[in-house]
Amino acid sequence: MKRRSWWLTALGVLFTAAMLFPVYWMINVSLTRTSDMRKSPPNLFPVHGTLQGYSVVLHQQLPYLGTSLLVALGTVVVTLALSAPAGYSLAKLRPKGGGVLSLALLIAQMIPAIVMAMGFYTVYIKLGILNSVWGLILADSTIAVPFGVLIFTAFMSRIPNELVQAARIDGAGAMRTFLSVIMPVSRNAVVTVSLFAFLWAWSDFLFANTLDSGGGLQPITLGIYAYIGNNNQEWNAIMATAVVASVPAAVLLVLAQRYVAAGVTTGAVKD
Amino acid sequence: MTRDRSRARSAGRQRDGAAVAAPSRARPRASRRVERWRAQAAAWGFILPVVAYLVAFYAYPLYRNIDLSIRTYTVASFVSGDAPYSGFANYSHILRNPTFSPALVNTAVFTLVSIAFQFAIGLALAVFFYRRFRLSGLLRALFLIPWLLPLLVSASTWSWMLNSDSGIVNSFLQAIGVGPIDWLTSPHWSLVAVLIANIWIGIPFNLVIMYSGLQSLSTDVFEAAAIDGANGWQRFWRITFPLLRPVSAITLLLGLIYTLKVFDIIWIMTRGGPATSSTTLAIWSYQLGFGSLLPDFSSASAVGNVLIIIAVVFALIYIRARPRLEAL
Repeated sequence: MKRRSWWLTALGVLFTAAMLFPVYWMINVSLTRTSDMRKSPPNLFPVHGTLQGYSVVLHQQLPYLGTSLLVALGTVVVTLALSAPAGYSLAKLRPKGGGVLSLALLIAQMIPAIVMAMGFYTVYIKLGILNSVWGLILADSTIAVPFGVLIFTAFMSRIPNELVQAARIDGAGAMRTFLSVIMPVSRNAVVTVSLFAFLWAWSDFLFANTLDSGGGLQPITLGIYAYIGNNNQEWNAIMATAVVASVPAAVLLVLAQRYVAAGVTTGAVKD
Repeated sequence: MTRDRSRARSAGRQRDGAAVAAPSRARPRASRRVERWRAQAAAWGFILPVVAYLVAFYAYPLYRNIDLSIRTYTVASFVSGDAPYSGFANYSHILRNPTFSPALVNTAVFTLVSIAFQFAIGLALAVFFYRRFRLSGLLRALFLIPWLLPLLVSASTWSWMLNSDSGIVNSFLQAIGVGPIDWLTSPHWSLVAVLIANIWIGIPFNLVIMYSGLQSLSTDVFEAAAIDGANGWQRFWRITFPLLRPVSAITLLLGLIYTLKVFDIIWIMTRGGPATSSTTLAIWSYQLGFGSLLPDFSSASAVGNVLIIIAVVFALIYIRARPRLEAL
């Protein structure tokens, strides 16, 4: 029995290694000297490792990273502020027309981002908020808000009604109940929604490229995109930027792996 | 279907239900009606922000998009504000465009091949990880990485790996005696190249959902089948797979809807080229609207709306299928 389990582990490690090979390759290339970049066959390990690419990131990409952080955090705030109250209402207060709203949110998730981008572009050009961080935050939040409402509704439906009723008997209004009873016990849902809102906003390229490509503050995805377009010889710098841009994903996976899996399945299957 | 659910939820409170069904009985208790009205006002107070948000950031841009597609818009129209009404001219224009049929075919091939491989590989891995072994939890978590990386990062990594002269994939192929393939620059291979990258990105999502589907199955059936002498292969095809049908259907439909709108990967790797060999409807729409110095927003939004129609058809199938599948 024990030997069989070892055999499975070996196979599992092999599968994982194959799956993660591109990630390894990204790191490997980021450490490769420019002179070795076109070597054939390429070095499988960074034998003459260099941090040249990372020093370029440090000198050129920090403002982009800062903007991405700002946009991602802004998106988290907007998403939580909109979706947590809505989730509470749909789960516990039974508003008339709540079913229609849930349906609208479900359909909203399926609209292609390219179509949204075009609509935003025409609206933003009129409002004069094209190329602004605010405009980008609002656009990015459209990726996360429907998902957020879904997660909060699913989570808050599982909070016992007795808890809500007890608060009401103690004289708490709906707002008070929401803030002091519901939100404190919904920590897991808050973490899950924040996590995904952050990651999606951080990773967004389409909205950034269409709505913020001429902006003074541009996110990291546009930083990488400009690299690919301009100097496609400097692949170590491109890959070093890619590695740095992947750090939030890695951090979140380490800190909150169970929330990630929970978010995927709740969003798709359960209700 | 959501209304069914809320009705089921409220079934526990029969008094409310009865009062709604027979308003005449509730009439004398005016204070109760006021209370209920206040409860509804509070309920709506909490969803009002999201409703306003949906109108402003979904409905209005969509309306603008439809408006764009039935007028002749140019960059100058945005400044001057007038764009002549042109009815369905933009639609017939894009339907007659020589890019339309390759874009439609590429969208279909890209979507179907992507989800077929993502699903098959994701399911196989879910079954594999279901047999818990040492480190299985950790390895399963690591499998999520490709899905969490920014798409732009994955796409540029794959671009370099598939580079004709210096890519690791070609140097590996040459080592086993297969000639170098111009993955990104040959019209025969560009769609395959973006498919490989997209399948890689989609595997974790399928793995996670199918794994949770497997976990929700009762283990009794497997034990019974094992006692009856069914081997692993039979157990999978006769028991596991049929039991997973509801979860599979949802995973496939969601995969379909998500894959239809894939943009980043294709744009970064091939920009839809060479020529139209990897152009999908999403890419074409972007090319028309933002890809050139002379943007054609009207045609771009017409293409976008065609894409919406396709997505909404599948979305409706998904919405109809969901409650029925949940009941299974």
